[in-house]
Amino acid sequence: MLVSNLELVPGKRTTKHFGLVQGSTVRAKHAGRDLMAGLKNIFGGELKGYTELLQESRQEATDRMIQQAESLGANAVLNVRFSTSSVTQGAAELFVYGTAVVIE
Amino acid sequence: MAAFSDLFIFIILLGLGYGFGQWAERRHYRSIHTREKELAGILVFAERLPPPDPKFKHSSLVGGSVVISIDYFKRFVSLLRSFIGGRVSSYESLLDRARREALLRMKADAQAKGFQNIFNVKFETASISKGKGKQIGSIEVYVYGTALGPGN
Repeated sequence: MLVSNLELVPGKRTTKHFGLVQGSTVRAKHAGRDLMAGLKNIFGGELKGYTELLQESRQEATDRMIQQAESLGANAVLNVRFSTSSVTQGAAELFVYGTAVVIE
Repeated sequence: MAAFSDLFIFIILLGLGYGFGQWAERRHYRSIHTREKELAGILVFAERLPPPDPKFKHSSLVGGSVVISIDYFKRFVSLLRSFIGGRVSSYESLLDRARREALLRMKADAQAKGFQNIFNVKFETASISKGKGKQIGSIEVYVYGTALGPGN
């Protein structure tokens, strides 16, 4: 599965178009990480736990999008966009969407 | 007496924030500068469409992200700043550091995958500690783009 945020793949022709596919996850952090984050809010610096958490969640959302594209019979997802929003305190939604296509 | 101990804690937190915050920021900028030099060979473009080039055979989505937090001292300074208005330089440097760090991580990702050019780069910034009132102080920056090249 080719995933790209370009509108077309150089040197390849799009033969079929399936429309929008998407994937999302809502993840909350656990209390231990929250405590560390509270400390970091005093000292400043990177919140490594959060970086990892969001990275994992983004991967999961991408996997879900790829799954959806596969079930449609696509072999590529183009023009992929990521979006993050914090839904409530301590939870974030990661959302990925793109266009499922078949390329030669 | 209670008011006095509150003030005491506040001053201690302010001092810790200032000391560690400044130290961490200087260290981070030093690391950013050295890595920016190391990764200068990876080219990043915001163009939507790459130029037609036969060597762009493979592509891969690459990205880098970072969650970074402001320190207690800077948050206090920005609170003071909000009375007068104007540039909040303490937050400016926070965002600058986060964007450059995320960009470097994306470049490192592309390098690890054997690519030299990244196209259609998008920046995504989110405040992840919303709803915590005065606690807002950490932001996430995610940078992504499509790496093109012969690949490995």
